[in-house]
Amino acid sequence: MRSVWALAAMAALSVLTASTTTLAGEPKQGGILRMYHRDSPANASIHEGATYSLNIPFMPVFNNLVIYKQDVAQNSMDSIVPELAESWAWAGDNKTLTFKLRQGVKWHDGKPFTSADVKCTFDMLMGKAQQKFRQNPRKTWYDQVNDVSTNGDFEVSFNLKRPQPSLLALLASGYTPVYPCHVPPAEMRTHPIGTGPFKFVEFKANESIKLTRNPDYWRKGRPYLDGIEFTIIPNRSTAILAFIAGKFDMTFPTEVTIPLVKDVKSQAPNAICEIAPTNVATNIIVNSSSPPFDNVDIRRAMAMALDRKAFISIMFEGQGDVGGTMLPPPNGLWGMPKEMLETIPGYGPDVKANREEAKKLMQKAGYGPDKHLAVKVSTRNIPIYRDPAVILIDQLKNIYIDGEVDVVETANWFPKVARKDYMIGLNLTGNAVDDPDQSFYENYACGSERNYTNYCNKEIEKLFDVQSQETNVEKRKKLVWDIDKKLQEDVARPIIFHSRMGSCWQPYVKGITIMTNSSYNGYRYEDAWLDK
Amino acid sequence: MFAYLVRRLFLMLVTLFGISIVIFFLLRIVPGNIVDILFAAAGYVDPADKANLEKELGIDRPLVVQYWHWISGFLRGDFGYSYVSEKPALQEILPRIPITARLAGLALLFSASIGIPLGVISAVKQGTKLDYALRVVSLSGLSLPSFWLGLLILTASVAMFGQMPIFNPNPQTWLEAFATYAVPAAAVGFRSAALTMRIARSSMLEVLRQDYIRTARAKGASEAAVNYHHALKNAILPVITVIGIEAAFLIGGLIVTETVFNIPGVARYLVEAIRWRDYPIVQNLVMFIAVVVVFANFIVDMLYAVFDPRIRYTD
Repeated sequence: MRSVWALAAMAALSVLTASTTTLAGEPKQGGILRMYHRDSPANASIHEGATYSLNIPFMPVFNNLVIYKQDVAQNSMDSIVPELAESWAWAGDNKTLTFKLRQGVKWHDGKPFTSADVKCTFDMLMGKAQQKFRQNPRKTWYDQVNDVSTNGDFEVSFNLKRPQPSLLALLASGYTPVYPCHVPPAEMRTHPIGTGPFKFVEFKANESIKLTRNPDYWRKGRPYLDGIEFTIIPNRSTAILAFIAGKFDMTFPTEVTIPLVKDVKSQAPNAICEIAPTNVATNIIVNSSSPPFDNVDIRRAMAMALDRKAFISIMFEGQGDVGGTMLPPPNGLWGMPKEMLETIPGYGPDVKANREEAKKLMQKAGYGPDKHLAVKVSTRNIPIYRDPAVILIDQLKNIYIDGEVDVVETANWFPKVARKDYMIGLNLTGNAVDDPDQSFYENYACGSERNYTNYCNKEIEKLFDVQSQETNVEKRKKLVWDIDKKLQEDVARPIIFHSRMGSCWQPYVKGITIMTNSSYNGYRYEDAWLDK
Repeated sequence: MFAYLVRRLFLMLVTLFGISIVIFFLLRIVPGNIVDILFAAAGYVDPADKANLEKELGIDRPLVVQYWHWISGFLRGDFGYSYVSEKPALQEILPRIPITARLAGLALLFSASIGIPLGVISAVKQGTKLDYALRVVSLSGLSLPSFWLGLLILTASVAMFGQMPIFNPNPQTWLEAFATYAVPAAAVGFRSAALTMRIARSSMLEVLRQDYIRTARAKGASEAAVNYHHALKNAILPVITVIGIEAAFLIGGLIVTETVFNIPGVARYLVEAIRWRDYPIVQNLVMFIAVVVVFANFIVDMLYAVFDPRIRYTD
């Protein structure tokens, strides 16, 4: 009899265990996700900013027409899914992109979402609307859009000047939320209204940002969390210690340096940490409009003197990527293959030989062991800028260039660059979308606001347009590689390395995906949940 | 005494007026303005948009006009808007003042309650092991920067207890409130306590060598009565002076302590506001601090008269 009871108890226990296992894997509703924030963003308006300090806390408030699937780490055309649009279709020789919109969606203030909201968002972005953004850093993204037209309340068309398949990729970025027509842009800076999974509660500058669950979210059953709270802690040591002590469920994404990831793992072994590329390239901006860098030989010599692997090993314990403008594979979709990359002067594996070539170019320009070139390397007063500047100066010594760091406060950095008051600058360029149309036009097209060096090569620009219209991905890739190679050979903005950073969270935090080819697109957090 | 008070008050007003001019123009000398920083956050500069924004914020107007606009508003109680948060400056500043005031008050209390007794004991026990030990403590207090001490405390609490005394904006109990402020107050107050200890010790030693102390002892007064009734009362003046000066200097220590312990007080906010060139916030906050310092000095001077009957303010 006793054995029968024992068997029954074991059977009951196994059923219970099995059901618990199933339940542990299923998302649970509730809880506040607590995260620290690295600094206080300028405002809450994603369209007016260019830093993921702004995207991370405010992306959950919004929806796009389409979005990169939030649980797929690599952003690509194949991972784009509908959000406020239910479907899309190209027509008219690929010059019209039409979206059928979701019906019954409401803004957080209860007003209905319609096609008019989409039109006025993009009219503002293109600078065609009565209401203006105070800043509009991604205006160039829509250069090929003639106009946005509506057909009833739930259909909207983007009419293009020429085919641009990548427009869909740009629309899927976290940088492309749809704004409500009935809320003025100034109000969106202080109290954003969206249709997204979380509603804005408050933003106390230098203190905290709070979001709460949107109970009327159009995607039923989402979000799982009751809210998200960001505590602003600019001091990185304090923030990491607080995470280790369990005050936070998650670190600020892609903000934990490689040495700090080790630190976290040693002090909080249960924490889950992921290291991923950020698609932020550390590069040199060259003032080629005045001596000495108007001399192409000196520009090339400088690029050839770089030991990129040394930068990566000193700064990231070897965890970084060498590439051109586009993020290198396998995480990057458009980066040159290694064999092609190594044919570019300065990218060959024999650094000593590269530097010998560089020395010859310097001698041709009139410099040598007895006559060094004195340069100032301007950079922002932030460690991730200053540290590589120091390494750069050390490396330039090898080719008769004596460098001096010129540390510039953030407030003065862009005005200084804009008035060409520098020789060379150590710069960071974050690419929001791993797509050549974003990177090439934004950073290298004549007249682009973020083309800091005013590099302007009409021939290359024609190639930008050719690749932009190409629908065959393989053909487009080859065109992109050729362009990227030319940009590096032209020393337009020599890329030193592509960085990787860590993100950590407590083991009970589920449904987090760190994007591997962008730091701007993966923060909707509607799939995140707490297994507590 | 009344005439002296009137003169002091007038001088205080002149000082504050001078400070307002210095703050205003120094801030304008710093390269870059809020518009440059906002465009830095947007990653580009567009001259036309920049000019529009400067006009919108009123920072394109002549400096004298800007100064008049600010100071007349300040006197009327209109503190303007924060350029960054676009909220009224007062709404941004006011909730942070009690936080810093509590922290500063607790730090000063820590400084006085630890510094004075230990300084006195050190002087009374001059040359003993206890004196040497206390002198080492005071020297270390003067040598350790508060940010380093703060980080050390945080690291130790996480390593030893898995806990972190991070700021709790809504403490539910007295214990929670104490835990919120006590540790950072100790971190910032340690230096002040050390300084107070040094001054209290040397001041006591000087007084203890005076003839009237010998007289008191000769008359048979107990050691305690000599030390605490005759000596301390006379030795306390320089200590009060130092505590008064420290109250003014404390803001510097609070900036790093508030940053390390992530306390949303005015000191940290001031630094952030300077970083953003948020002129209305910086100007009004510095004026507020100046008013506190000027009045602290005034109160210290008044306390002189209370503690030392020989001091009488006459015109």
